[in-house]
Amino acid sequence: MRKIEPFGAVRKPLVAGSSRLQEIFATLRAENKGGLVVYVMAADPDVETSLAILRGLPRMGVDVIELGVPFSDPLADGPIIQRASQRALKAGGSLVRTLELARLFRTENNTTPLILMGYYNPIYVYGPERFAKAAAAVGIDGCIIVDLPPEEADEVIEFLKPRGIDFIFLATPTTDCARLHFILEKSYSFLYYVSLTGTTGSPSATQQAITQAIRRLRQKTELPLAVGFGIRTPEQVAAGARVADAVVVGSAVVQRIADGLDTNGRQKPGLVKEVFSWIKELALAAHTVSRKRGCP
Amino acid sequence: MSKGSKGGDFVTRPRLKTSCSYCSSSVPDGRGHFGLYGGRYIAETLMPLLRDVERSYSQAMADATFAAEMRSLLCHYVGRPTPLSFASRLTAHLGGAKIYLKREDLNHTGAHKINNCIGQCLLARRMGRKRIIAETGAGQHGVATATACALFDMSCTIYMGSRDIKRQAPNVFRMKLLGAEVKPVEAGTGTLKDALNEALRDWLASVDSTYYLIGTAAGPHPYPVMVRNFQSVIGKETIEQVVSQEGRLPDTLIACIGGGSNAIGLFHPFLDGEGVRLIGVEAAGHGLESGRHAASLIGGHVGVLHGNRTYLLQDSDGQIATAHSLAAGLDYPGVGPEHAWLKESGRVSYVPITDEEALHAFQILTRLEGIIPALESSHAIAYTIKLAPTLSKDHVIVVNLSGRGDKDLTTVTAIMRGEDA
Repeated sequence: MRKIEPFGAVRKPLVAGSSRLQEIFATLRAENKGGLVVYVMAADPDVETSLAILRGLPRMGVDVIELGVPFSDPLADGPIIQRASQRALKAGGSLVRTLELARLFRTENNTTPLILMGYYNPIYVYGPERFAKAAAAVGIDGCIIVDLPPEEADEVIEFLKPRGIDFIFLATPTTDCARLHFILEKSYSFLYYVSLTGTTGSPSATQQAITQAIRRLRQKTELPLAVGFGIRTPEQVAAGARVADAVVVGSAVVQRIADGLDTNGRQKPGLVKEVFSWIKELALAAHTVSRKRGCP
Repeated sequence: MSKGSKGGDFVTRPRLKTSCSYCSSSVPDGRGHFGLYGGRYIAETLMPLLRDVERSYSQAMADATFAAEMRSLLCHYVGRPTPLSFASRLTAHLGGAKIYLKREDLNHTGAHKINNCIGQCLLARRMGRKRIIAETGAGQHGVATATACALFDMSCTIYMGSRDIKRQAPNVFRMKLLGAEVKPVEAGTGTLKDALNEALRDWLASVDSTYYLIGTAAGPHPYPVMVRNFQSVIGKETIEQVVSQEGRLPDTLIACIGGGSNAIGLFHPFLDGEGVRLIGVEAAGHGLESGRHAASLIGGHVGVLHGNRTYLLQDSDGQIATAHSLAAGLDYPGVGPEHAWLKESGRVSYVPITDEEALHAFQILTRLEGIIPALESSHAIAYTIKLAPTLSKDHVIVVNLSGRGDKDLTTVTAIMRGEDA
């Protein structure tokens, strides 16, 4: 079992990266379980509902939360997350609001890793150092900055690393051996494998392609691997969790939230409950899939 | 300082190098940084392909057959060199500096955009890519891309904001006639930035087969360098032409700036020319103080978008703002990174021109010279109209007439009739 820290405990900064992320992946491996990573957009559909969803995710069995930072021009996202970004911005979402949501989440939960996912401009404009300080203060464990490849990322990593926040790198189907080596050298708590070439919410990669890619990565690294992009059903989650350490579901969750809104963008009754019961299924699929003992 | 290869033919020898150390040696660096600006801020999926583009581009540059084919197409297909016309009536009307127009409007397809499209299509063919995608604002880059694709027998998809599709209808029809698929982009503001987002999303999904032909000197490295180099034929010709007509280099160069490709094309060969004043004209829309403009360098802040760090119109949270300009080709909230660098270094001055001033210039040039300029180029003319009367009669100005105005007739007619554009 994972160690439960008392609510609101102040986490000591680690030089070696996020302790929460390292712990969760170690626990998953020890229990031979696949993990579920869920992406939601901060302030979608509004700040209050977003916080309610965020707070409920760990209870539904979500192992890691990816919290999207709204951005006006999300150029690696498909229509589902683009619309979520627009809803969030309309509801007053911003980088500062996202950090505030993280802070409120941490007042009740000090164990579930929280990763910010977004684009570089809001962080650059806020100031990378100021951002790293603020993110550390509210208990952020990692950052995925979609348009900040390893070649340019040092200008942010230099501030994140000393504060125990991981910069999470992505590998994709286009990543060749030399580049993978370069990316792995910079990665620490886990590597995120983007299973397809395309935006978020694109048609899924075949299970065979995912399995082959994960095998190839396993030959190069012992780091935990999370697989994401195009994964939208409990069956796909189970299939992914059979080979990877964790599976990421984003657009499909965000679409469930959108489905719970009427044409005027107002919430229909039961939105949060609906989203939760479906996420529970996903978590169950990830956690109960049979894995070869000792996998990877 | 090395001498120009044709230096001996000049009446007076210009103080100018043919290869520009100002830019080619120190900036950009190996990773495409012009000082703080530029770089490669893009999704991981595209990184390996961008390296391929960079490698193929440098191999092409070292290949004499590539250069020969490019030269031949520019001459026999595009119609280069374009003339440098002395605008005698405009000069007399303003009563100051001598004004020359670099006639990029006379290129095949009616704007400077084709220079870059021919170069990049040759490169795409070299890379074995048969499908081309591009974004377009005014439609000039879209038309030029569709044209080059027809010539090279490549499949062509153009992303265009839905708002731009409405205001540039003739160009949309031209693209379709040329065999391109025009995909309307409803997202965001339905203008150039949204078209760029959508083209990048397409590229993410089609990375194995497709070449993205970026139309301006922006985007991830190597695009800003590549587009600048393909466009610098404008400046190189201007040097020869102005020297043969005036016996010396010009005193001032003026060009409009959206992303900045026509301006960097004209300016780049002059960056080392001490004493040549360079002025970039940004679109001030309804006026800088109105907040409804497209002047990223004058009214924006440094940020990261579309693969590069540069000046952007944005709010304090880093959300990209909506640009506004009557000229669809300038209606973009960013600018090429080399311009950001040239602003910082002080080598180029950037000035604002409003919609109204541009419209006035559009009419003046049409009446006085019998040339209907693009609304984009009208911004450069408008600043010339302000500046020329303040200068002496022996001062020589070259204005880049980057495109012709046929595509803008609907917009201008509506405004002249008092309708809302």
